[in-house]
Amino acid sequence: MIQLDAKIPDGPLAEKWTRYRQSARLVNPANRKKLEIIVVGTGIAGSSAASTLGEMGYNVKVFCYQDTPRRAHSVAAQGGINAAKNYKNDGDSIYRLFYDMIKGGDYRSREANVYRAAEVSNATIDQLTAQGVPFAREYGGTLANRSFGGMQVSRTFYAQGQTGQQVLLGTFSGLCRQIANGTVKMYPRRDVLDVVIVDGKARGIITRNLITGEIERHSAHAVVLATGGYGTIYYLSTLAVNSNGSAAWAAYKRGALFANPSFVQIHPTCIPVLNDFQSKLTLMSESLRNDGRIWVPKTKGDKRHPNDIPEEERDYYLERRYPAFGNLVPRDVGSRAAKERCDAGYGVGATGLAVYLDFKDAIAKQGKNAIAGKYGNLFDLYQKMAGENPYEQPMRIYPAGHYTMGGLWVDYNLMTTIPGLFAIGESNFSDHGANRLGASSIMQCAGDGYFILPYTMANYLAGEIKTPRIPTSTTEFEEAEKAATDKIDRLMSLRGKQTVMSFHKRLGKIMWDHCGINRNEEGLTSAFQMVDDLEKEFWQEARIPGTSSELNQELEKARRVADFFDLARLLIRDALERKESCGAHFREESQTVTGEAKRDDEHFAYVAAWEYQGKDQPPKLHKEPLTFEYVELKERSYK
Amino acid sequence: MKVYLKIWRQKSAGVKGRFMDYVLDDASPEMSFLEMLDALNKKLIEKGEEPVAFEHDCREGICGSCGLYINGEPHGPEKKTTTCQLHMRSFKDGQTLIVEPWRARPFPVIKDLIVDRSAFDKILFAGGFINVDAGQAPEANSIAVRKERAEEAFDAAVCIGCGACVAACKNASAMLFISAKVSQYALLPQGEVEAKRRVQRMVAEMDRLGFGNCTNTYACEAKCPKGIKVVNIARMNREFFKAKVGAQKESLTTGGLA
Repeated sequence: MIQLDAKIPDGPLAEKWTRYRQSARLVNPANRKKLEIIVVGTGIAGSSAASTLGEMGYNVKVFCYQDTPRRAHSVAAQGGINAAKNYKNDGDSIYRLFYDMIKGGDYRSREANVYRAAEVSNATIDQLTAQGVPFAREYGGTLANRSFGGMQVSRTFYAQGQTGQQVLLGTFSGLCRQIANGTVKMYPRRDVLDVVIVDGKARGIITRNLITGEIERHSAHAVVLATGGYGTIYYLSTLAVNSNGSAAWAAYKRGALFANPSFVQIHPTCIPVLNDFQSKLTLMSESLRNDGRIWVPKTKGDKRHPNDIPEEERDYYLERRYPAFGNLVPRDVGSRAAKERCDAGYGVGATGLAVYLDFKDAIAKQGKNAIAGKYGNLFDLYQKMAGENPYEQPMRIYPAGHYTMGGLWVDYNLMTTIPGLFAIGESNFSDHGANRLGASSIMQCAGDGYFILPYTMANYLAGEIKTPRIPTSTTEFEEAEKAATDKIDRLMSLRGKQTVMSFHKRLGKIMWDHCGINRNEEGLTSAFQMVDDLEKEFWQEARIPGTSSELNQELEKARRVADFFDLARLLIRDALERKESCGAHFREESQTVTGEAKRDDEHFAYVAAWEYQGKDQPPKLHKEPLTFEYVELKERSYK
Repeated sequence: MKVYLKIWRQKSAGVKGRFMDYVLDDASPEMSFLEMLDALNKKLIEKGEEPVAFEHDCREGICGSCGLYINGEPHGPEKKTTTCQLHMRSFKDGQTLIVEPWRARPFPVIKDLIVDRSAFDKILFAGGFINVDAGQAPEANSIAVRKERAEEAFDAAVCIGCGACVAACKNASAMLFISAKVSQYALLPQGEVEAKRRVQRMVAEMDRLGFGNCTNTYACEAKCPKGIKVVNIARMNREFFKAKVGAQKESLTTGGLA
């Protein structure tokens, strides 16, 4: 019987982390080299964690599915990374960053974790700068900051619209250094098939070599999952198409609790679906909303070219509905407002599922060069993808699945409910509540990897110094390998006629329509049945050519989609159970008269953590109550 | 639109490959090049044939996974465009498209259009970093960096490691790739400290892995999807020379003990 204990240290909020570090157990340098740690995933969280643990002297083994760690999807983060440096002298502080994250997350995250994330943010900027990350600078040579995503202070550090790439390459460079030093061993092109538990502790993983198809066993004293989010459950999303939830799902099936799975951020500004073959929705950084104005025609079904629609016939609906924040409302609010207009028939483009993001006024006021200086690479990207010039006509944008706030439940140590199994970065649930603030994702990832996990890992491993190297010949490894192989054999034996991608696409549509921007009881209930039916069809009608003992991209996809059916049901179940609206989770039954989200703190101020009970049993819900000692719960209003 | 495809098919590393012909009737100008290949693969799978293996991930031009040689050009005919950003509107109805993997000895073919680019990582392991542990960093604003320098460093740092520069070069030179990294760090005070050691190590590793030399054809710059400039190669050569002269002086003063 699992008892949830977040293990929050005692003491005032601002002192918790300091107290933790002062009393945490340590591992002697001589003992560190006897201890092995597996890190899965090489995004900003995984690579910063692996390199730091390597620097400390542990033996680290790192796994990723890409051909090189540098391609992990952190690379695509655009806008920036927050820190409470207060370089702009505009009133920022650790407390204020913490407060903005708690409020932005609609009061569904843990105070102590969020405060710590804000607390280590400054050291992260120092670290990345020292590693040669070329952040934007002022003429005086100091680091530049911008305001981002509606925050009222300028605390976002950036490298044009490619901050994620630059930060990832910085963390990757640290990883390269440790690989060269021999403390980290890199295993690229590996899929994780299972997490191995020995005597109740995470002790290894089963992987598939994606080139040879070989099934491999790897053991360690602790396992870290830094596997990112599961937004590709919608098929079309801003994620890399191979991003997946399978490693986290394997951990869940082995007993790790999965928290708030239905909290998925839908990003308001993405290039919309333009054709039926589309495989991906490209993000257009929300920094564009600093200068772009969002509108739709005032007349339904107005098919005129946007430049031919006069000013008085345009509805700048965000400015109209939210005069205080205007185009800079948080992501969830912006996404819902776009959907509302399009559903009401005011959408633009061939599909009617798009709104305009217009730079006409900004270009007139600031000049084309100033706008190009700020957003040049984004404008180029848009032109390449959409084939239209945003300097001359408005961009068309629409919301798309982007970031999963939900993830594996972790305590203050970033440890899941399985001892020795840690989850960091987007793969855990802990810092963003029901909605993530812009520029706080890579901040959390780097903070977890550089400055939090190294302490909490030592605290755990201090109890493992007498444990010898974990053998991989035990029955636990054998059983896990057999289960993984059986599943692959079952997939390979399918003799249907439909592609795996076609199933993924259909699953994505079910999830987008019924468990996307808006949710209601009827839709969710019907979606549950649809997922069941689709899964049954998949296990009869899918086709995977080739064999499992070679590079087989269809098999890789099939494994991921097979897991997504299960994960989809958990998302739906979680969304059904949470009858309130909060953050990105909008239950149509719970809204104000003006159509805003209505939170229900009395009944839902908790983390919903789900425990696996077997394939045919409904999962068990555990509730971790959220108590707010330092922040007063308020209605999140942007009017 | 209709396209005729000649695609390199190779079952695995070390076996013989060959071009196979395919016709796709229902391509559309709005499709990306990779979506066109998705459409082809869908047909192949439905017919019970093996789909074409190709590498891809972010599909927005930033991860560097994709990279195809299309009608003799890395990433196809457009400038500053990755294969995933290339759209079928760049081609004509009825056109023949020849699709090959990168052709360079240090990038052996793994399957069909997928090559092994791990040689790039090996060069980075040799020195593509600054030696600083987590926790050692000084306050970020304690070292001022001229805005222009930071921007120049950024322009070099945007490399996505796709390998188009190597594929475009008749000598299979990796110098644009390496010089971008060398330049990023040499331009910043944080990286300057180790500049000499870094350039020597990275160049030595490049030679060991069998990449060719630069003969100034600028083909790499022309095909770099991120617009990285050959001026970086000039800077690397300068850095390399500086390091070499420095090393000679050092060995003279230390009596030959390097």
